[in-house]
Amino acid sequence: MSDVFARPLPKLQGLTAEFYAFTKRRELRFQRCTACGVWRHVPRLWCAACGSEAWEWARSAGEGAVYAWSVTHKPMHPGFLDLPYATVVVELAEGPRLLTWVRDVAPADLRIGLPVRVDFEDASDAVTLPIFRPR
Amino acid sequence: MLSLRDQAALVGIGETAYCRAPGSGKSELGLMLEAARAALADAGLAPGDVDGVVTPIWGASAEDFAVNFGVRDLRWAVQVNMGGASPVVGLQNAAMAVAFGIASHVLVTFGWNGFSGRRVRGDFSALEDELARFEASIGVPVRDFYLPYGSASPAQWYTLMAQRHMQTYGTPREALGAVAVACRAHAQLNPRAVMRGRPMTMDDYLASPWICEPYKLLDCCLETDGAAAVIVTTTERAKRLRQPPVAISGVAEGHPWPADDIVNRPDLLTIGLTHAAPRAYAMAGLGPEDADFAQVYDCFTFEVLHQLEEAGFCARGESPRFVADGNVALGGRCPINTHGGLLSQAHVGGMNHVVEAVRQLRGQAGAAQVDGARVGIVTGWGDFGDGGLAVLRSLA
Repeated sequence: MSDVFARPLPKLQGLTAEFYAFTKRRELRFQRCTACGVWRHVPRLWCAACGSEAWEWARSAGEGAVYAWSVTHKPMHPGFLDLPYATVVVELAEGPRLLTWVRDVAPADLRIGLPVRVDFEDASDAVTLPIFRPR
Repeated sequence: MLSLRDQAALVGIGETAYCRAPGSGKSELGLMLEAARAALADAGLAPGDVDGVVTPIWGASAEDFAVNFGVRDLRWAVQVNMGGASPVVGLQNAAMAVAFGIASHVLVTFGWNGFSGRRVRGDFSALEDELARFEASIGVPVRDFYLPYGSASPAQWYTLMAQRHMQTYGTPREALGAVAVACRAHAQLNPRAVMRGRPMTMDDYLASPWICEPYKLLDCCLETDGAAAVIVTTTERAKRLRQPPVAISGVAEGHPWPADDIVNRPDLLTIGLTHAAPRAYAMAGLGPEDADFAQVYDCFTFEVLHQLEEAGFCARGESPRFVADGNVALGGRCPINTHGGLLSQAHVGGMNHVVEAVRQLRGQAGAAQVDGARVGIVTGWGDFGDGGLAVLRSLA
């Protein structure tokens, strides 16, 4: 059986590796432009707001709200056969949004604006994923 | 200012048969060559007349076409990497090439074994290749930030937009169903449609199982084997060829921002077409109100509602009303996907939408003919919401 049948993990290189190095320490951090202060995700080299190449990994308070979601009923990947499951867009208070899971909420109970807080789940020895729970 | 308006025309169209099980039994290159040969014959041209190729996103290279056509002097080749928007946007590239004399006759084609070769079945044997293609064409965010959560397919990605629209505007399920039902009804009139002979009602639609909520099975396009092709040349040359010429009056491409990440867009409903449509209309001097029909890229039903709004057929949130009461069925105010679309004819990346638009504007659409069709609109949708729109006009 090839690796494709395992759950896919992010490729830990470049800025992606830095993002997940923080989640491994159970810290949710995003890039924040040190020139104009705008937060961003996914990781980028330049600030799209002001063009600056200067940024820092700023720590998010981890509080946000449900923004959108979809509910998968048919298997789409062999690593995810526990159906149905919701993939949820959470908007953090600082601005960035994550595609993630919200635990402890049935898909039918999801609603836009549902307040959530970050938590973390180990996906492998190397990778810890940010997930969310109601707050 | 220079304008591409009416500078180029579609002079040849061709299609293979479309099929599901057991599959075409042909290579993807073989399918596209077959469609190209049909398009050239339709135009009254020979393979050796082709001197430009908009190469398909998968399955064949410019070299493949040139060597099989016996073209010793291929003057121009380019690839448009916009997924299912590539055929419509390919028209823009072809029009530029012929308008400036860089090439004379340009082939635009798309073909694949979308059923037998690439379909993600229960054994997931094709999934690794599919995901590698998405990474190559869209970028690494999908790999690093979507896949780890089991979000691995267009149905899962696009439903984020659909669900947001349904929540924001109260879009009823029946609006999505109206698109599916209209496409299926049109397929009953089309001998080339895979779903001909399999009519479907709104009740059938509502009873179909969930795939990825809010999409049911009958919200999703077909997976088919086949190919389609068109030939583009100058309008001047088109007038001397054998078919009634169909001008590319306006055409444009557009990209959402960020193009590689759906979830961090300031507005999930602003897509490439939002930017492309006004540009194409300005070029054509025509708008959606002038269209006798629209062939709207229908990978899923909501994408049709979404594109009708972003292309200006109706305002945001108004698409449910626009598709109600048979308005988008033949005989209605603006028939859509008169061939059955990706939902009920076949999935050849929207190349079949271009072919059908040309048929309509030539008056060759048979039982699905829109009476007196003079102007038609074709849209393309690809990747994470890349878009294209062409306004085509009969010059006959």
